[in-house]
Amino acid sequence: MKVALFATCLGDTIFPNAVRATVAVLERMGCSVDFPMAQTCCGQMHTNTGYRRHAVPAVRTFVDAFSGYDAVVAPSGSCVGSVRHQHATVADSAADPELSEAVRQTAPAVRELSEFLVDVLGATDVGAYFPHRVTYHPTCHSLRMLRVDDKPLRLLRSVRGLDLAELPDAEQCCGFGGTFAMKNPDVSVAMGSDKARNVRSTRAEVLCAGDSSCLMHVDGVLSRQRAGIRTMHLAEILACTEEEQ
Amino acid sequence: MPAFPEAASSAVADSQLRHNLQKATGTIRRKRAEVVEELDDWSDLRAAGAAIKAHTLSHLDEYLERFETAVTKAGGTVHWARDAAEANRIVVDLVHATGETEAVKIKSMTTQEIELNDALANADISAWETDLAELIVQLDEDTPSHILVPAIHRNRAEIREIFRREMGVSGKPAPADLTDDPADLAEAARRHLREKFLRSRVAISGANFAVADTGSLVVVESEGNGRMCLTMPETLISVVGIEKLIPSWQDLEVFLQLLPRSSTGERMNPYTSTWTGVAAGDGPSAFHVVLLDNGRSSALADEVGSQALRCIRCSACLNVCPVYERTGGHAYGSVYPGPIGAVLTPQLRGTESDVDASLPYASTLCGACYDVCPVAIDIPELLVRLRTKTVEEPKRRGPRGLDVVMRGVGWILGDARRLARVQRLASWSGSWLGKAGRIGRLPWPASKWTNARDAPTPPTESFRSWWQRTRGGNS
Ligand code: SF4
Repeated sequence: MKVALFATCLGDTIFPNAVRATVAVLERMGCSVDFPMAQTCCGQMHTNTGYRRHAVPAVRTFVDAFSGYDAVVAPSGSCVGSVRHQHATVADSAADPELSEAVRQTAPAVRELSEFLVDVLGATDVGAYFPHRVTYHPTCHSLRMLRVDDKPLRLLRSVRGLDLAELPDAEQCCGFGGTFAMKNPDVSVAMGSDKARNVRSTRAEVLCAGDSSCLMHVDGVLSRQRAGIRTMHLAEILACTEEEQ
Repeated sequence: MPAFPEAASSAVADSQLRHNLQKATGTIRRKRAEVVEELDDWSDLRAAGAAIKAHTLSHLDEYLERFETAVTKAGGTVHWARDAAEANRIVVDLVHATGETEAVKIKSMTTQEIELNDALANADISAWETDLAELIVQLDEDTPSHILVPAIHRNRAEIREIFRREMGVSGKPAPADLTDDPADLAEAARRHLREKFLRSRVAISGANFAVADTGSLVVVESEGNGRMCLTMPETLISVVGIEKLIPSWQDLEVFLQLLPRSSTGERMNPYTSTWTGVAAGDGPSAFHVVLLDNGRSSALADEVGSQALRCIRCSACLNVCPVYERTGGHAYGSVYPGPIGAVLTPQLRGTESDVDASLPYASTLCGACYDVCPVAIDIPELLVRLRTKTVEEPKRRGPRGLDVVMRGVGWILGDARRLARVQRLASWSGSWLGKAGRIGRLPWPASKWTNARDAPTPPTESFRSWWQRTRGGNS
């Protein structure tokens, strides 16, 4: 199956390992992966901060890069949520019917990694091996915008050697919230610290999530606390195999 | 009042406050989830609640007229108030006309919104709050910090202190040996309030619902003190926001299931009082309704924003909000705190002031509020919409730093080649920023991130360049 990869601006720029891992998992599952070089970003940062007009170029770039693909996969629940739930509004605000139509064509084909693996490929076992104690944080947009439910957990439970620890208050927001982290730093850090405390209480070696942005925030707190807990994107765990260990 | 980030920052630093809030909201969250789980038609009920409210709001003019006709026919009087000042003047005049100088009050957000107690005090009328939590707040000369539990930010020990210190000043003092046992505290409040119930000739209320067909008002409560206010006094004045209308008595069926489960986590609230006009020898002999606009009709004019007027003030969104849980209600600078306050307040008051302009940003957009809202108000969507409005409004001040950043970043992200150039710059800076993989403290504005969090070091190679290097031809 041919798949277009949407790396997301953060993944592409700051967390390339998570994106490379996404490629590895998709290829292992028999997909042929395309990376349309013209892609940039979903525009969420602008939309959510109120700069909707400034999100229009990003949306335009997105539909240009991804039109014509039956399947687009991204390692981020948040960015996929933005594509599926916000691109139409952004395009409509630009009063460009052609753009709106293009969004209606592309947006439904875009899926978050766990959605794609479970719903489209029908796989929960992707042949991964990761002999470590892991706890999983279901990020808000995956959970409530995309309703990925327990798909990431089903994938993790099928990873050989993995010891999955339940995270207390897992469904509470980590406090990242895009520009919220900068506009309301004290509340953001208070929330991140509570999340970090819950993560530490599981005695997990690794905190896993499907969004690099949320992980970046919690990782920042854990690292400042010298907690000795690694954060890894879901794709990075799924990409690990016995041969690589 | 400082803008949200400043107010929130001092609230977050108050560990006692955070502890009180975490405990209270956690308990009520669990209770709500349990009783909602019990109903297998919850999503239908929720859709019905949303639909009834949406329908009423889109025909509000008709229903308001119908309500006025029904109230008048039942022997009551309807007054219309455009704003807080007008509503306060009407109430003060009505109390003055009775010749009384005090009134008992039923807990009401609407009268808090218009600061009625202050207006009454300025006219030498003493208004006594009779809801237990509202009484605590009033005695302490504090302001409410939650829609349903105004004193949620106080614990028992603090309440005992307030009772001992303040009760004697305005009425029956607390017993000298008062403990912080809940039963003891409730008993002290009961004795303090009883004296006022027996004496007052005027009562002031709000309403949870106003039934257009019959002109009836409905108040739901847990303690029964409201019912005392509705039966003992001779004059009853109810201040009701125009969004409280529902078409018919039958519609209550939906809301009397949605409201208690969402707000207190009970299957049914202990007291539901309804009243229609006046009846000789039964309850008050004079009844007035003040219908309040105060920004509601302008909120109604916004196609998406008007959703916020469906709110039935259950407070479920406050109790699940992770931001509210850390800051409490005072940080929002409004009687409507939490997620609903963040969308309702700027719509009612506009976004000219710093605090009102900061409210739409007082959320991570985590979406928990939308999930629990019994009338399905899409609060995250409203927040984003209000942010857009705030940004696109004619500038209140000169160009803001964020504007410049957003424009610049928007320009970069509009084109893949520009992004690639920035990535090369990031990789290059990453090579001298820190080899350890983490960056510690950085100067402003990055300090807003790094004051309490480390930042990741940019990688030596972006994904894009890796792809090009390893798979050059394949795209
Ligand atoms: S917005 Fe919804 S959840 Fe929040 S108080 Fe109003 S009705 Fe309740």
